Amino acid sequence: MQDFSIITDAIHSFLLTYLPGWLTVTVECVLIGVGLLLVYALLALFYIYYERKVCAAFQCRLGPNRVGPWGLLQSFADMFKILIKELIQLNNIDKFLFALAPYLVIIASMLAFAVLPWGNGLQIIDFNIGIFFLIAVSSIGVLGILLAGWSSNNKFTLIGALRSGAQMVSYELSVGLSVITMVCLAGTMSVGGIVDEQSDLWFIFKGHVPAIIAFIIYMIAGTAECNRGPFDLPEAESELTAGYHTEYSGIHFGFFYLAEYLNLFIVSGVASLLFLGGWMPLHIPGWEAFNHIMDFIPSVIWFLGKAFLLSFVIIWFKWTFPRLRIDQMLLLEWKYLLPIGLFNLALMTCVIVFGWHF
Amino acid sequence: MSKLNDKIAKLFPQATEAANGIIEIEIADAQWHQAAQTLRDDEDIKMDYLVTIVGMDWTDALGCVYYLMSTKYNQIVAVTVKTSDREKPMLHSVADLWGVGCLYEREVYDFFGIIFIGNPDMRRLFLSIDWKGFPLRKDYDDDPALNPVSTENERQSDFTDTYIELPDGTVEKKEVEVFHPGDFVVNIGPQHPATHGVLRFRTAVDGETIKKIDVYMGYIHRGVEKLCESLTYPQTLHYMDRLDYFSAHNYHHGLCMVIEKAAGIEISRRAQVIRVMMDELSRIASHCLFIGTYCMDLGATTMLFYTLRVREQILDIMEKTCGARMTFNYDCIGGVMQDLAPDFVDDVKALLAVLPANIKEYNKIFTGNVIAKNRMEGVGVLSREDAISYAITGPSGRASDWACDMRKLRPYSIYSELDFEEVTATEGDSMARFKVRLREMEESAKILSQLVDNIPDGEYCVKVPKVLKLPVGHWFELVEGCRGAFGVYLESDGSTKPYRLKIAPPCLPLAGVVDHITRGSKIADLITIGGSLDYIVPDMDR
Repeated sequence: MQDFSIITDAIHSFLLTYLPGWLTVTVECVLIGVGLLLVYALLALFYIYYERKVCAAFQCRLGPNRVGPWGLLQSFADMFKILIKELIQLNNIDKFLFALAPYLVIIASMLAFAVLPWGNGLQIIDFNIGIFFLIAVSSIGVLGILLAGWSSNNKFTLIGALRSGAQMVSYELSVGLSVITMVCLAGTMSVGGIVDEQSDLWFIFKGHVPAIIAFIIYMIAGTAECNRGPFDLPEAESELTAGYHTEYSGIHFGFFYLAEYLNLFIVSGVASLLFLGGWMPLHIPGWEAFNHIMDFIPSVIWFLGKAFLLSFVIIWFKWTFPRLRIDQMLLLEWKYLLPIGLFNLALMTCVIVFGWHF
Repeated sequence: MSKLNDKIAKLFPQATEAANGIIEIEIADAQWHQAAQTLRDDEDIKMDYLVTIVGMDWTDALGCVYYLMSTKYNQIVAVTVKTSDREKPMLHSVADLWGVGCLYEREVYDFFGIIFIGNPDMRRLFLSIDWKGFPLRKDYDDDPALNPVSTENERQSDFTDTYIELPDGTVEKKEVEVFHPGDFVVNIGPQHPATHGVLRFRTAVDGETIKKIDVYMGYIHRGVEKLCESLTYPQTLHYMDRLDYFSAHNYHHGLCMVIEKAAGIEISRRAQVIRVMMDELSRIASHCLFIGTYCMDLGATTMLFYTLRVREQILDIMEKTCGARMTFNYDCIGGVMQDLAPDFVDDVKALLAVLPANIKEYNKIFTGNVIAKNRMEGVGVLSREDAISYAITGPSGRASDWACDMRKLRPYSIYSELDFEEVTATEGDSMARFKVRLREMEESAKILSQLVDNIPDGEYCVKVPKVLKLPVGHWFELVEGCRGAFGVYLESDGSTKPYRLKIAPPCLPLAGVVDHITRGSKIADLITIGGSLDYIVPDMDR
């Protein structure tokens, strides 16, 4: 299997030969930061294109097909449009919080990128509480949304923000529970460790019933976490025009927009990490030749492929289902997902204790 | 039926019977409220549906013509109430007897300045709060200097007036609050994705729960009734397709029918068939759009494209024959404007072939969906009594188990010969309103399939005098639009122009009932309910 740590180690030792240790780390941090920003922007653009094409296919349309070949440059054109748009100054708002909110949202999603298992040896930081860190930083996002709704001094945004607060806080529980369930199976919170644990078999097969239940709960709660249909209540356009970001314009709106798509990627990325082995190729115990062939596919492609596939499912949700009502959404979480999640955790513990997993 | 006639003759000896079976009574204002109560509650009369209130200015007197209908005996009674006071005309309100009365009386007040004693809300309905004069009065001064186009924000009041009659007979004006001072009022509209036009709901909410809704209309009031008074009869037709732009054919049909009846014009069988086919095609197209936009309101965007696919096909058929895809000017006095396009029959057959599969698909994607069910079932329940009291006709009324289809109740054109069912449901909730429309599409298709092979030959338009003058008199007709009963009241003084043309649209009561059925539900339910009622703002504003 290709190991990217060879390349990163080579860069590291190359830099060390010319620079002192502290400067090496600084230079590496800057390089990673620039790389991350680039990947972030490109992924967002890809996702916008991806969703447009997928939903167009669902709706018997062609989707973007004018700018560039197959409309590939459409998202770039839109990005430049949003970059050069005016940031409208509003009166009677809390200017500081209003300006801060989009950055909080985007920082939350960018921090989560740090621990995603991009490929074999291609992870920005791998420490022993990786998945815990991810949950912690992704909940900063709700702060940004609440601030955006509150500081806009608009009744629609306020309702949107409060809805969002109720929704994110509730569904974080289910996300957390299904993550804990899988952490139990892995026996580690380190992202690298979780991937390594799946080198013989992916967790969704290894943990069979409880893992599948956790996967379903995670996908539902994850969809709610990233405010996408059928859980797009905070920005329900037919009810609240655009919810918490009604008053935003230009790149500030763009940040919310980007963060929404990147959250989609993060949710699918984490799902593929926890259930489908992260960057780990599909391995089946006993099928040595098959496993060897699978190893030839680069790990980055495995990870991105799984993430895009799961994103496709979430996009599919959005373009098929109508939106839930706020009370129904909370009912689903507190009366169904949460008890099932708790029960599932107990079930998983039993499975591990008695060694019933594969 | 004769029992009803006898009873009315006994109670109101002055009653006369007009040509089309409508009983006409003139009642003095002092007895009016009592008489209205009798008309509504008497077991043998049961005039429980207030079709419309036609404000009138007879120059010597101001007054109203109340069109009442009995859902039990299927009989229309027209009651005229007059007042000769032009300075401060007052009549007694019937808002306490019919739920829709309040809204209708506000409309009359807006146009004629007649104050209704006992109406809880005597604000203008369409015109701005500072409008000078009452435009439909014959002595109205339309000098633009009196009512200049405002460059300021429109003044708005949180108070409304009500007039109460004291025991000694004097009338006192009282100011009433619309909202309590502590209410959190959200403006939903006039610019809002889910109000389907420029309609404004001032919504008092408690968290996500709705406490009260105050409907503001008139953002696209164009004064169609006033305009029609200065147009010749053929010219008035062209305003009908600007009301409910999805029922353009049906509305044209309605007005043409009134004028043809008044002028004694007999139209050919071919024209009748073409008109009915066009009506039913627009009904399918309208319901298609309803399903699409309604699902979009609920967040299921994809359905819109599936329904527009069918609607597109219908618009293509219309375009070939009428030359337009919206605001069709096809029905004209004496028949229709031009003959059918050569491939009309084939196109309609192609449509009928694909429609059942499409309806099946809609049901598969949306109707059975558990989220859709949760969003619609039991939301915005409208009882049969309330539907009648608030004059909710059309599919929305039929979903509350009120058989109010004018094609069945007062068959016009060739509808009496056609075999179709009147679709009703008993639940009265948003789901029922949705399902009734789906099934109505099937019924319309049934009508089309009966007619498509039987379009008779003949002339599509009979000869009509170039200058059309109607005899002195008044006429009232009801047709079934896509959203409910569309009434036209026409009063002629013998000239080439109508003396008064009153349009009774189905969408005005639909907007009026929103407050009644949304109280206590969630903000999201307002969208569900509003969508399921399917009002069209240009229709209510006129």
